[in-house]
Amino acid sequence: MKVNTIYLDNSATTKPYKEVMQTFMAVNEQYYANPASIHAMGVESNELLMRAREQVADILKTDAKNVLFTSGGTESNNTAIIGLARGNTHKGKHILTTEIEHPSVLESVKQLEKEGFEIEYLRVNAQGVISLDELKAKIRKDTILVSMMHVNNEMGAIQPIFEAATIVHAESRAAFHVDAVQSFGKLPLTFKGEEGPDCITISGHKIHGFKGSGVLAFQKKMQWQPYALGGGQEFGLRSGTVAVPQAVALSKAARIAVETMNERQEKYRNWQREIRAELEQFGDVVHILSTPECAAHILSFSVRDLKGEVLINALQKYGVIVSTSSACSSKQTKTSHVVEALNIDEHFKKGVIRVSFGAHVTSEDIAQFIQVIKKVMMELKGELLL
Amino acid sequence: MIWKEILIRYGELSTKGRNKMDFIRRLRENIRYAFADLGHLHIRTERDRMFIAIQDEAQMNVLLAGLPKIFGIQSFSPVAACDKDMDAMKQLAITIMDTFKHEQLTFKVEVKRTDKTFPLDSHSIQREIGGHVLPQYQNLSVKVKHPDVELRVEVRHDSTYMMAQVIPGAGGMPVGSNGKSLLMLSGGIDSPVAGYLMMKRGVRLEAIHFFSPPYTSQNSLEKVKVLANELTKFGASIRLHVIPFTEIQVLIKEKVPSNVSMTTTRRMMLKVADKVREEINALAIVTGESLGQVASQTLESLTAINAVTNTPILRPLISSDKLDIIEIAEKIGTYETSIQPFEDCCTIFTPASPKTKPKLEKVEHYESFSDFDDLIERAVKNREVYIFPKKEQPTDKFADLL
Repeated sequence: MKVNTIYLDNSATTKPYKEVMQTFMAVNEQYYANPASIHAMGVESNELLMRAREQVADILKTDAKNVLFTSGGTESNNTAIIGLARGNTHKGKHILTTEIEHPSVLESVKQLEKEGFEIEYLRVNAQGVISLDELKAKIRKDTILVSMMHVNNEMGAIQPIFEAATIVHAESRAAFHVDAVQSFGKLPLTFKGEEGPDCITISGHKIHGFKGSGVLAFQKKMQWQPYALGGGQEFGLRSGTVAVPQAVALSKAARIAVETMNERQEKYRNWQREIRAELEQFGDVVHILSTPECAAHILSFSVRDLKGEVLINALQKYGVIVSTSSACSSKQTKTSHVVEALNIDEHFKKGVIRVSFGAHVTSEDIAQFIQVIKKVMMELKGELLL
Repeated sequence: MIWKEILIRYGELSTKGRNKMDFIRRLRENIRYAFADLGHLHIRTERDRMFIAIQDEAQMNVLLAGLPKIFGIQSFSPVAACDKDMDAMKQLAITIMDTFKHEQLTFKVEVKRTDKTFPLDSHSIQREIGGHVLPQYQNLSVKVKHPDVELRVEVRHDSTYMMAQVIPGAGGMPVGSNGKSLLMLSGGIDSPVAGYLMMKRGVRLEAIHFFSPPYTSQNSLEKVKVLANELTKFGASIRLHVIPFTEIQVLIKEKVPSNVSMTTTRRMMLKVADKVREEINALAIVTGESLGQVASQTLESLTAINAVTNTPILRPLISSDKLDIIEIAEKIGTYETSIQPFEDCCTIFTPASPKTKPKLEKVEHYESFSDFDDLIERAVKNREVYIFPKKEQPTDKFADLL
């Protein structure tokens, strides 16, 4: 039996836009020269790279020379955190982050801890949001870095990053890094002087661009230690031949993401509401982790005493693709650190499922998903529902 | 929208006697030229200030962003207006003072009552408005003598005008008020800065560049075009004369001993530049030379090079340190372009050890064996001229990709 596939795992990765694929092909065809070369072809591809850089800079409201193209979110986060920390030890060695960050942030600060930095973690409440009071209490004169994700990848909680930035800048000399991998193109985000981040991470494949492409953008020139050493590309901050096709494709995906943001958000919000209403029908058999205040494109929920894997396989049988709370940790059997931090009932810890929307999802897909989830719930938990 | 006009205070113009009207007219034209995209601006001039009427918020933002680049402006202030009614005035005062809420400042209210029929006198207005603003802002304290911020209120016959922000302008004099010069533009860091400083003193520029294909690439020429175009941002168009210089450079390399070849090259460039200067009716030649920076910029070298002409050669950077020059280049936005590493006419045939103290008679003696004059005539005749800013926008081949 051939079933129609419904892809609802867009927070793990997205399918690239057609236009972005066309750009990628065209750039590889025509502008494949190394942008560092001084011949005419190199100059041309460098011009194109500059244009891509300017476009991203305009979207984020910074200068083109503060935008670096990287291999993705993980590299951007590693570079920002380790680079900013090692480059600012003269100001202090204290770093603040939250307990629900992505592993690419958590592992970076663990590495720094081994090097003698002091790391403190901000807690989150049941909604997955930090407390600004706790931030105020924990920030110190010798804090050099605060790293915080804008939208959580496992359940969609939105952190008050602009309020946090204002506190960080008023109370310390720390750099404020925001991991915006899940929020860029979904929520308004730009540099805003003292009232916004100093440094932003973006990933290409979460916005219908390509895997292996990302951005690390700064508000202004900052002191940090690059760790990709070599030919001095990207203003000497990230060596390695610049992947012009990836960069241009990301720039285009970013433009489309921002231009279509509002209409997509409205769609996602409605779908989220529809699905939430259906899930609430199951009463206390289902626990919804994503609050109505969460980001519109993520809806995480859990079924009582049911392993996530079982639910995923059951949905898959009917063509619905979703994941456990995070694709990165889906292969591990232990409960994710984010779910642990939310402090939910033991019965719901094992089976958190994440539904995430993208630009290619249609209203028909959502209608079908709702039918499928009802069917699957009857199959697996019928005795509790009747 | 509360904004009504922008008030512009002239820089040094105020001190110039009889030419003042010319300066003001020149400044007004330059402002019109710089903001041609905004359509016709309504500009009213007075003896020591100028007013640009504001139509809408968008126009206001373009003007605020562009005015700091225009020479001949000491400072400018956005002026707001409201009804002649105390409540409206208080509200407007708050809106205006909101700009200053982030810093600790001393302040005072200055009131002028042109309309004597207004029920309150200046003192009462001052007290009312000051008393309304102060409690709302913890960061303000009153200081009557030399406050950081002066909220000026003027009750005129039509409405009440108010301003507080004083934004510094670029200073200097309106471009074109001090005649025309020819700038030797190499593509390095210094020459655009020299050009900028001359424009700041009101000099209109044309530029000359020596191009030696195939020894120098198309890229180095493009770079110079970009630099010339950058300089037009300061309120005047610029013509760029590109001189085919290969023949002359090759001849020098063949006939003149290498350690003085650099001096001779500079002398030939100056001869060419002087001929172009004559053709375009410019009065002087501007260079980015800075004393002791390179071998050709020692006093002995400058003397030997300068010997080919009596035309005044203006060297605004002669006493500047390299770091200060770089700082200006960064500020005016030419630095990033200048540091692109392309060979230019000054770097290709550089001998290993150029003489830092060339003797003029020796240089002349070596040059006397070849006939440079015909080549110089030809180079001047065959030059290409480009006008910036470019009128038509080239098609954007990257548009579809982005």
